[in-house]
Amino acid sequence: MNAKAKERNRRLLQLFFSTLYLSAFTFGGGYVIISLLKQKFVDQLHWIDEEEMLDLIAIAQSSPGPIAVNGAIVIGYKLCGFPGILVSVLGAIIPPFVILTAVSMAYDAFRQNFVIQSMLSGMRAGISAVIISVVWDMGAGIVKEKDPLRLAIMLLAFLANYVLKIPVIVIILCAAGAGFLSSLLHAGRKENV
Amino acid sequence: MSLCLELFLSFLRIGAFSFGGGYAAIPLIQGEVITRHGWLSPSEFTDLMTIAEMTPGPIAINAASFAGNQVAGIPGALFATVGVILPSCLIVTLLSCLYVRFRKLSLMQDLLRSLRPAVVSMILSAGLIVLLPAFFGSVTGLSTLFSETNYRMILWFVLALLLLRKYHKNPILVMLLTGLLELASQVFSKIQIR
Repeated sequence: MNAKAKERNRRLLQLFFSTLYLSAFTFGGGYVIISLLKQKFVDQLHWIDEEEMLDLIAIAQSSPGPIAVNGAIVIGYKLCGFPGILVSVLGAIIPPFVILTAVSMAYDAFRQNFVIQSMLSGMRAGISAVIISVVWDMGAGIVKEKDPLRLAIMLLAFLANYVLKIPVIVIILCAAGAGFLSSLLHAGRKENV
Repeated sequence: MSLCLELFLSFLRIGAFSFGGGYAAIPLIQGEVITRHGWLSPSEFTDLMTIAEMTPGPIAINAASFAGNQVAGIPGALFATVGVILPSCLIVTLLSCLYVRFRKLSLMQDLLRSLRPAVVSMILSAGLIVLLPAFFGSVTGLSTLFSETNYRMILWFVLALLLLRKYHKNPILVMLLTGLLELASQVFSKIQIR
């Protein structure tokens, strides 16, 4: 019993420091963190098998919210249940929380500084290009598929949001509704055949 | 309603409806933080995006910590951050419990297939809403279009896009470069004025 508790604590500690470390040093978003988590817990520690990891990743990616946090939750839950979730989520959010709190304080102090101000204003052009580039990559994949439903959703969502200023949440619910209906239709068609 | 509670509820919505990770949260954050509450100005929001891109961690958490701090100090940051991860914790835990039964999660995946194009469009839309003022100023009509246009910003933008698309340069380096170029040209114009 004692040995079991010890093993559990060891796992919780490992979980905390793994997610803390990955969250503090990984640039490039959720998908990168998820593949690093897989490397750590599947390939290195062998605590989760490959097949199961793929299912856990699917859950993390299909749920709303930051993918890195979702990934930390599924792995924490799988390894140590609810204490595991607590520990891995804390590990995942402490680094960005601390860094951005510090940046926010510095931002107020330095905003009037000539050098910082010029840098930030030039970087606005840079971040614009980064965002447009992301949209380009994501959009190109959808356009290439030539699925009329997805193309229509893409066009309508843009008009609704940019021109008509319809709130994002309403658009998401409508798009999800369309997906739900088409999923039902497909299921029906398969049964008829 | 206290500010902390408002922050919590706003970021709860952001956490609950951002499907597809990372950039998918941008239109929601923009809607809550700029349009709905006016907590950040468009240029502060763009700075936040820049900072989020350059620091580790999910954009939504970066935004929660930053906006929370700007609006209501560290308690604000705490409330916003807890708000943004709470839906994840509930939904992901529930799905993990159920996953043995719904191995394929096919309905979820069908929903995501039709959500994705909407998300792409809304990222573009949110991008345009905050970015266009940086290029064209506050355009009120055709007469002000050319006088307020910031040609230098457009030049940096085109250069950055070229470096990203054609030469696959690291986004952080590209942003640093546009920052330094702008700094250099502002220093240069200051010297000229003297």
